[in-house]
Amino acid sequence: MFVINCPYCGERDQSEFNSGGEAHIIRPKQPTELSDDEWAEFLFMRKNIKGIQFERWNHTHGCRKWFNVVRDTTNDQIHAVYKMGEKPPKDY
Amino acid sequence: MSNYRINKTDFVDQTSRISFKFDGKTYFGYKGDTLASALLSNGIHLLGRSFKYHRPRGIMSCGSEEPNAICQINDETELSEPNVRATEIELYEGLEVSAQNCWPSVNFDIGGINNFISPFIPAGFYYKTFMWPKSFWKNIYEPLIRKSAGLGKSPTKPDPEIYDHKHVHCDVLVIGGGISGIMSAKLAAQKNLNTILVDDKNTLGGSTIIQENEDFKINNEISKDWLIKEIKELQKLDNLTIKTRTSIAAFHSYNYLLAKENLTDHLPKDKKNNSIRQRLWKIRAKKVVIAAGSIERPLVFNNNDRPGIFLANSINKYLNFYGVSCGLNNFIFTNNDSAYETAISLFEKGISVNMIDIRKKATSNIVKQAEKLGIKIYWNSTVTNTFGYRKINSIEIMKLSDDGSNVMGDKIKINCDCLGISGGWTPMVHMHTQSGGKLNFRENDQVFLPKDGYPNQISVGSCNGDFELDEIIKNTNRNIKIYLDIKNTDYDNLDISCSKEVEKRNIWLLPNYLPIGKTKSFVDFQNDSTAKDIKLALREGFRSIEHVKRYTTTGMATDQGKLSNMHALGIIAETAGVKMGTLGTTTFRPPFTPLTFGAIVGRNVGRFFDITRKTPMHEWHLDNNAEFENVGQWKRAWFYPKNNEDMHKAVQRESKAARESAGILDASTLGKIDIQGTDASEFLNRVYTNAWSKLAIGKCRYGLMLNEDGMVYDDGVTTRLGENHYLMTTTTGGAANVLSKLEDYLQTEWPELDVYMTSVTDHYATASVCGPNSKKILIKLFPDLKFDDENFPHMSFQKAYLDKIECRIMRISFTGEQSYEININSKYGKSLWEKCIDAGKEFDITPYGTETMHLLRAEKGFIIVGQDTDGTMTPVDLQMDWIVSKKKYDFIGKRSLYRSDTIRDDRKQLVGLLTDDPNEVLEEGAQIVADINKKPIDMLGHVTSSYYSPNLKKSIALAVVRSGKKMKGQKLIVPMENKNINVTVSDFIFLDKENSKLNA
Repeated sequence: MFVINCPYCGERDQSEFNSGGEAHIIRPKQPTELSDDEWAEFLFMRKNIKGIQFERWNHTHGCRKWFNVVRDTTNDQIHAVYKMGEKPPKDY
Repeated sequence: MSNYRINKTDFVDQTSRISFKFDGKTYFGYKGDTLASALLSNGIHLLGRSFKYHRPRGIMSCGSEEPNAICQINDETELSEPNVRATEIELYEGLEVSAQNCWPSVNFDIGGINNFISPFIPAGFYYKTFMWPKSFWKNIYEPLIRKSAGLGKSPTKPDPEIYDHKHVHCDVLVIGGGISGIMSAKLAAQKNLNTILVDDKNTLGGSTIIQENEDFKINNEISKDWLIKEIKELQKLDNLTIKTRTSIAAFHSYNYLLAKENLTDHLPKDKKNNSIRQRLWKIRAKKVVIAAGSIERPLVFNNNDRPGIFLANSINKYLNFYGVSCGLNNFIFTNNDSAYETAISLFEKGISVNMIDIRKKATSNIVKQAEKLGIKIYWNSTVTNTFGYRKINSIEIMKLSDDGSNVMGDKIKINCDCLGISGGWTPMVHMHTQSGGKLNFRENDQVFLPKDGYPNQISVGSCNGDFELDEIIKNTNRNIKIYLDIKNTDYDNLDISCSKEVEKRNIWLLPNYLPIGKTKSFVDFQNDSTAKDIKLALREGFRSIEHVKRYTTTGMATDQGKLSNMHALGIIAETAGVKMGTLGTTTFRPPFTPLTFGAIVGRNVGRFFDITRKTPMHEWHLDNNAEFENVGQWKRAWFYPKNNEDMHKAVQRESKAARESAGILDASTLGKIDIQGTDASEFLNRVYTNAWSKLAIGKCRYGLMLNEDGMVYDDGVTTRLGENHYLMTTTTGGAANVLSKLEDYLQTEWPELDVYMTSVTDHYATASVCGPNSKKILIKLFPDLKFDDENFPHMSFQKAYLDKIECRIMRISFTGEQSYEININSKYGKSLWEKCIDAGKEFDITPYGTETMHLLRAEKGFIIVGQDTDGTMTPVDLQMDWIVSKKKYDFIGKRSLYRSDTIRDDRKQLVGLLTDDPNEVLEEGAQIVADINKKPIDMLGHVTSSYYSPNLKKSIALAVVRSGKKMKGQKLIVPMENKNINVTVSDFIFLDKENSKLNA
């Protein structure tokens, strides 16, 4: 069980959080203008990276805020944490 | 019976006698004894029968690595516990122990016949033998195997003990209270770090605490005496917590560790009551020092498993810690120097001892000391056989060939009553690897060691490969100084003298004059797997250590191969001709030693197992004989049986009453979300399929919420309370998820919207009054309110007061009857309910539960999300196209409604089903087919809801059927186990399609 540094609350046990899958998938502004394939790309396609992955996490049993996490899926090391709407760190 | 207690020690109080029972007979031990030491002091070695061959087995070690001496304690009482290691359990007054895996008794065991047929039970025996005939498995093979397999008996009674959990945070956690752990803890605490030291034994000191040999001195003191002073100093440190009887079970990532503390297991029975038995510590440590030590290796040779065969260092511990001699005529069989300490210890206490060493010679001080004392040493020799059925009585020795691959010369048979074996030491790298650490292999002494460089953890002492006293102290001191950034320590200038091992020789499988097939050289004692089994696995083509392990079951017993894994690896490496370091190891999985279920669940038992949510009216339901249904964590009134009615009868009565006069339902559990903000209407527009902007204040609207994939997710009625204020209701089970989903969209996709949401589910209690007389009841309750259809039409809301308490009344209906949902501050929920019942008395108002609610809504063709839908139904599939706005540019799931898959017209669609026999009620979940004769049968769909309707006087059902929309009037079949039921597809609204009742 790892520790996540919630950008609003600080370090808390993983059990307080829920993962929300891959980060930076933006819901299309004009879905009706997309082809089936383009919509499917948004709807279904997710990366499952061995290594550095950008993820959404929610502090469900805390402030209930969503934020982004840069996590190495091979060893659960968290390299960065940043708020929704902020740009992802460039080093990864 | 002879007394083997020959020595007084500091650790066993020989003035405090304790009686206990072993296999029904009473024995005595002393305070400080383990069960094992007490049994040995009574000369008892035979403790159980082995797993597969039922061979007699005795105590072999003195710690958690024990493979053989596992027993059942307090059998047939509520405190019964199987597979307890006799070497770990501390003796207490009243302890009752019985031997395991033997029948009728440990001394005469019928299963022992397996030993003689063992050539026919090779590795993989079960996989190979019980394959045929297939039908025999269930009734013959499996019960037979189950009876003969297994070790202890599972307790059958509820565990009366109390268990606890505790979370702690610390700067430094030190695992292991041996010399290196004690040094580390002292240095950490002196550095002003909040430190915890844990050790699984009842006293600190590890193996150094019994080190009395003149050859090992620190500052000119015997190492034991030096350590005792260190322990005393340790106890003075404020910021150090010492937890004895506490073993680390698991080391997870981010230095999160689980430790089990035994609090009452060592206490007499009368002192155990009402106190916590075990506490599971959940430790988050900034830094971890692993000082777990090492475990002595056995040697693998023919018949190396007889009672009376011990690990050599354990003999020393029984002697110097417990004052018990394991035998009076000892042989110690070794490949290294450490066993000589045991021999010298025995010799000095006047006990006969001889050495057998596989090395050709050894020149270290301790060996010279032994030679000087006159201890006989058989060099370059090996034990080729042992004798004695219930306990060892003699051994056979032969010389080793030059390369160690064979034996030569004469067989010498010598009498003995105890054989110590030592194959070197295995560092306990479990904790390091559990935390994710990797290992290196050191060829010199064939050990796996922790790789350096793991953040926030360090291994010190013998678990890091330091076996000599001076190395242990110097390296621990140096590494901890760097790790904790300490300049000078008490240990910088210690003067250490110790004997150091020079000559090394390791043979994983000792040679024999017999072919391997004729020997029983045990590798895994608890699972009875031998060197022969491992070689067989290799011959049959297994190569990976993980496969060999599973095929032979080596290392898979409750000791998890603490004594066997290295030998298995060694034998595989030798046989396959590969380097041992390249084989890798099997995975070290938690827990390190078995954990009780009690410790794992802690206090979360009984009513603390899960949260139970009750509505404010719960007491009334209880008083009125309600049966309850679990809906998520909620207890909902299910039905209210009268005069011993069964559920069917109660539901028929309740649903008739609701349609004919008045019914009342506790709807408090429905999810309620308060939504406010200038963009609240726009937000609802985006999350529901229908349009919300034009909903007038004071009006209610039903909404369907989809997932982005177009599938129905939740539904409910939302009321516009003000210009920027809505109250959304959700399904009972979906409330929390709906709020989370809405928050997700609001925070991540539409942060520009000015919307605020709060869950108010628990803030309001809801009584739903329905039926043709409901309006009359409401008029009685709220005489000031106008209830005519113009002022208070269906799908609208009014604020009103009940004894000055504000109520929100929604005229909405889930039954098809005219119906009012009265919401009140939950504190007044019960009194609201009682007032409704009182006011309704003259109309014979009938409380109804969830079952009747389900029936009433099914008559009306209202779906229940989660019952009639399963996450694969679109609104179009549900024939609810009317609720999907064509005008809105976007809402969650809109685009998915015209994906190539969702526009198929042969999707499963919601229909009604009527049975040809109106009294036949379908089973929910039953399959629906058109052609029963076609094979394989084409499954068209299934029944989702089914009831006997007392109002329609016939059976009705909702179902999802492939292309069901077009099938109205078509005959289908519901095949059941013993009959086929004929049904006709119908409209799914069975009652009052015109909504005449709603607007009455």
